[in-house]
Amino acid sequence: MSEDIAIRLEGLCQRFGDNIALQGLSAGLRRGVITGLVGPDGAGKTTLMRLMAGLLKPSEGKISVEGLDPIADAEAMRLQLGYMPQKFGLYEDLSVLENLTLYADLRGVLGEARRQSFERLLAFTDLARFTDRLVGKLSGGMKQKLGLACTLLGSPRVLLLDEPCVGVDPISRRELWKMVSTLADGGMCVVWSTAYLDEAELCDDVLLMNQGKLEYSGSPQALMDSMQGRSLLLKDISGNHRLVLQRALRQPEVIDGVLQGAAVRLVLKQHAAWPDLTPLAAGPTARLEATRPRLEDAFIDLLGGGPGGDSPLTRHMPEVRLAEGVDPEAVIEARRLTRRFGDFIATDQVDFRIRRGEIFGLLGPNGAGKSTTFKMMCGLLKPSEGEGRVMGLDLKKSASQARQQLGYMAQKFALYANLSVAQNLTFFSGIYGLRGAEQRQRMDDMVQVFALGDMLDMNAGELPLGFKQRLALACALMHRPPLLFLDEPTSGVDPVTRREFWTHINGLVDKGVTVMVTTHFMDEAEYCDRIGLVYRGRMIAAGTPDELKAMVAGEALPEPTMEDAFIELVTRDDRQREARA
Amino acid sequence: MWYRLLTLIRKEMQYLLRNEQSRRLMIVPVILQLVLFPLAATLEVKNNSLAIYNQDSGAPAIELVQRLSSTQAFTHIEMVHGEGELRALIDRQQALIGITIPPDFSRKLASGQSAPLQAIIDGRRSNSAQIGYGYALQVVQAFGADLAAAPTPASVSVRHIYNPNLEYRWFVLPSLVAIITTLGSLMITALSLAREREEGNFEQLMVSPLTPAYIMVGKAVPALLVALMQGSVIALAAVWIYGMPFTGSVPLFVLSILCYGLSLVGFGLFISAVSSSQQQAFLGSFAFMAPAVILSGYVAPVENMPLPLRAVSMADPITHFIIIVKGLFLKGYGMAEVWPHLWPLLVIAAATLGLAYYIFVSRSQ
Amino acid sequence: MSVNLRRLTALCRKETRQIVRDPSSVLIAFVLPVILLFIYGYGINLDANRVRLGIVSLDQGAEAVRFVDTLKGSPFIEPHVGNSVPALLEEMKMGRVRGLVVLQDDFSAKVRQGRGEAAIQVQTDGAEPNTANFVASYVQGAAQLWLAERRQDLGLPAPPVIEVQQRFWFNPTTVSRNYLVPGSISVIMTIIGALLTSLVVAREWERGTMEALLSTPVTRAELLLSKILPYYLLGLAAMCLCVAVSTLIMGVPLRGSLVMLLVVTSLFLGSGLGLGLLLSTVTRNQFVAAQGALTAAFLPAIMLSGFVFEIKSMPLPVQAFTYLVPARYFVSALQTLYQAGEVWAILLPNMLFLLISALFWLGLTAARTWRRLDGN
Repeated sequence: MSEDIAIRLEGLCQRFGDNIALQGLSAGLRRGVITGLVGPDGAGKTTLMRLMAGLLKPSEGKISVEGLDPIADAEAMRLQLGYMPQKFGLYEDLSVLENLTLYADLRGVLGEARRQSFERLLAFTDLARFTDRLVGKLSGGMKQKLGLACTLLGSPRVLLLDEPCVGVDPISRRELWKMVSTLADGGMCVVWSTAYLDEAELCDDVLLMNQGKLEYSGSPQALMDSMQGRSLLLKDISGNHRLVLQRALRQPEVIDGVLQGAAVRLVLKQHAAWPDLTPLAAGPTARLEATRPRLEDAFIDLLGGGPGGDSPLTRHMPEVRLAEGVDPEAVIEARRLTRRFGDFIATDQVDFRIRRGEIFGLLGPNGAGKSTTFKMMCGLLKPSEGEGRVMGLDLKKSASQARQQLGYMAQKFALYANLSVAQNLTFFSGIYGLRGAEQRQRMDDMVQVFALGDMLDMNAGELPLGFKQRLALACALMHRPPLLFLDEPTSGVDPVTRREFWTHINGLVDKGVTVMVTTHFMDEAEYCDRIGLVYRGRMIAAGTPDELKAMVAGEALPEPTMEDAFIELVTRDDRQREARA
Repeated sequence: MWYRLLTLIRKEMQYLLRNEQSRRLMIVPVILQLVLFPLAATLEVKNNSLAIYNQDSGAPAIELVQRLSSTQAFTHIEMVHGEGELRALIDRQQALIGITIPPDFSRKLASGQSAPLQAIIDGRRSNSAQIGYGYALQVVQAFGADLAAAPTPASVSVRHIYNPNLEYRWFVLPSLVAIITTLGSLMITALSLAREREEGNFEQLMVSPLTPAYIMVGKAVPALLVALMQGSVIALAAVWIYGMPFTGSVPLFVLSILCYGLSLVGFGLFISAVSSSQQQAFLGSFAFMAPAVILSGYVAPVENMPLPLRAVSMADPITHFIIIVKGLFLKGYGMAEVWPHLWPLLVIAAATLGLAYYIFVSRSQ
Repeated sequence: MSVNLRRLTALCRKETRQIVRDPSSVLIAFVLPVILLFIYGYGINLDANRVRLGIVSLDQGAEAVRFVDTLKGSPFIEPHVGNSVPALLEEMKMGRVRGLVVLQDDFSAKVRQGRGEAAIQVQTDGAEPNTANFVASYVQGAAQLWLAERRQDLGLPAPPVIEVQQRFWFNPTTVSRNYLVPGSISVIMTIIGALLTSLVVAREWERGTMEALLSTPVTRAELLLSKILPYYLLGLAAMCLCVAVSTLIMGVPLRGSLVMLLVVTSLFLGSGLGLGLLLSTVTRNQFVAAQGALTAAFLPAIMLSGFVFEIKSMPLPVQAFTYLVPARYFVSALQTLYQAGEVWAILLPNMLFLLISALFWLGLTAARTWRRLDGN
């Protein structure tokens, strides 16, 4: 067994000033398998990655990577190493091929070996068509894939991937996984850090970290087995399933719960009996059944349970009232929405109507046109044809008035990193016209709801990721918008923070706020009331999550997941297109 | 909407003042320039070296040498004993000018003839050399006049108004007001917009009810405030530390800085509207500033430029502002005198701001 | 500090592509130099060729008319004759004339009396000290000429005169272009050396490309060289452009050899690149590094290099400070090479100082170029 160990960590500690990032970490990472590195934000995952890559010097303890010390034997070690940082820096003013060539030269991949690996990597990343395109013009997912391709050059013996799938669509994610597991089968030691537990579930080993300490190390299956019998699915709910979830989370025996389409998924305390259905008020037909535990369940359990289901936000947000003449069935509406960039049609005649108090999800592969559609709906882009209306207002004509109605939260942290939390709050409430006592009141509410009180003077950029996200949401909500636009809102965020986030969103929806969200994260899609699947600029399918799943259910896939549905619908569209051609 | 504007402006000021590094960045260069440049920037010739090869032992020759060595321009007189030595000193830039007094100098003067002197001037530094030569020539001429028996029927009496002692610092400081405010406000506007775009703050602003015009005003006002602050610091230092007179009116000074700032903001916003990165914005504003400073008459008078360049310098806001500031400091300018240079600033501002707005709006769609 | 040639070439190629593809870099490296050369060459004329001079003669006498004619005939004076002193003073206030000559109504009479009481009153615009000096000496010159001609006409004996025969070495026609252009090349090289490079390392940190680079087998030396070499070559290319434009188009004589010019430029670029890269490496922030380069390299190159402003005329502490400015040595070397040729007595000390400065800045940059995120 011990000769299988490629990376050995012994008593690893890392301090940054007074800040302890890692304390006393010891582990052995095996060759030939994928080791998942999971943990909430701030657990020390990135620090550990950087230590293993020799980019930081440990304060205490020892690391050996393939028998080499990352600091003392840096040069020899780097020849064995492929490292993909969280934000892989590609040169945006260089083309795809030029980026690849640069890294091939740096890693000494030459001649025939280079030709072969380029061919293999370009085919895998599906970038062969774009070799001459400048990287700056690629979509986020394509960049991520190219980053991985650059890392994989030179067949390293140790591969460190720091959240490689943030912003990558499910199809590419599956491909990426397949590729990396082939590499692992070939004897490579792969470390895969992720905030997505469904990814970690597939790993051979996981290291579960929390606050700089190693909480669990071993196979994910063993961890999931320990949860046997504690994961339940509440099906056939009549009435508002969001409220059912909220009530379920109030039960003492329930430590975690999420929406799964029309159903609610619950995790129980250890040795707890199944909860009584009466206080859940889930309707006469509702029934509980045991379901296969997921790694996420175990993760939440290890961290001592998820957040509650009540959002304090609901106390501060008033019920949304629509203005006279606004159709409650179409508070957000796209009519034959089209956008062209030169010859390229990014969005092609897309139609949809979103009801008041509905969560509408836009899903689609990277570069399919979902971002373009989203941007047109919140007024960041002008449609070439057709129109987008919010609250009955045409975005083209009364842009400013329409924008006052919407809250917006971007995937990338878009607040002012160099301003303090308080300054950001003041600024964003101010530009929406809040002032005086009202402004102070709304800011105080947000500080209270999101527990920002202790960090008002901190620079927003220095906040932990979870708090950044809270602050971003707070800034989007102070003017009490009836519409909320969320662009991959929980990208790269850990499950606990994600639950908290959706608790708030659910609370808002109950007050009549309408939400439009884009996501690559299928658990998040399950929260949506309806989903529009965008592919090649068109909306190829629309419906509730369960309807979409039903569309692809068949003998091969009796109980498809949301991810299965996504992939099948997209490939089906490809087949139809080919058949027509 | 005034309050929203105020919010934007306050945010920008907070951004500029929040961290130590950017606070230092606004103050240190100003102080450094204020201390070094008025002292360094001078076209006077002082403390230079003069080489004299005196082949004559007569009294007039010795007198002349003495007179030459008592000027401020030449504090160092190198007496040489051969043509070759003289040449070598000039070659090695150890002397700016070499004067040869021929052996028959005193004899010729005594006999009432014209006496020749030879001056060799280092043309590599032709400007200083010419100025230095001018000083030397004055000494020689005065010496000659004293030798002449009869008084000349008319004499030239020179009075320098506005700057009686021709203090070169009085020339440099007003220009410095212009140069330093340029650096500050241009960089702030050009770079901050580019940075917001790079950091993603910009989209967050674009989904708010703020229109592009608001965002532009939100960028312009802080830059104006910074320009006003930096300009005032230099003006105060000029008066209090360097003892310069300030003969114009303060409100007019403030008004002029604001108009000037506005024209710079126009350029800054225009540059940031066409740039796609901070780097481009920085290099772009530099590519504007470097020629603009030289064409402004800061180093050499605009009236000496060839016509096409003079035309270009009329479109250069720095040109107008330097004239205004100089006028306010030294010449007691009032509105009537300032206005001919104020309206070009406003026209430049209107043109650049309009263009920036147009590009800004069409790019943000 | 080992260097692998393949990796180095790859990094240099990448850097070069980035330069070539960025319009702003091309603008700074190839367009701005030409613009600056022309502006310095033709726009800056310190030799005040023709000054606008207001003339008011309140005297209609022959002597006054004669003197005014002499003034009008001077090649250095653009006369504006008026009859009201306040009006012309107003013109001077507006900067439309730079000086004013006033002859009182008794001028001719006093001249004829010959007691030396006749005054040619000159008032200059002291706000332009340089021009004011020129005005004064032009009027002096015209007065001398007028007196000499007057003596000749009256048949008076000429007083003994000291005739100064002036000879300008190196630049016989005293075209300020000939020494301003070499000086301005030093400003251009500062821009390319320090300003462009102040952005390049910071940009890699800001965009996250640095972390990816650091995890590859790239060594510190390769990293450093890959930043220096392309910009060094860019600097030399721009230098060749400057030499070509200045000699072939602008007709500035170049007396030294091109080889020496390039050697001196190389030494100077060492300091410039070192300073720029150091700022970039230490701050890891484009905004700050760029501002720093402006203050630490560009402004001193203009103000303290002796290219426009004579160093010897500065106060001693400022003079002492100029010894820290590499541009000072470069300007001196350039002006010598252009106008005098290889005067080793000047070139060698300058080159020595440039070498020391280059080693200092590059060494400091090398010391601060880290192979890890947390230092060294």
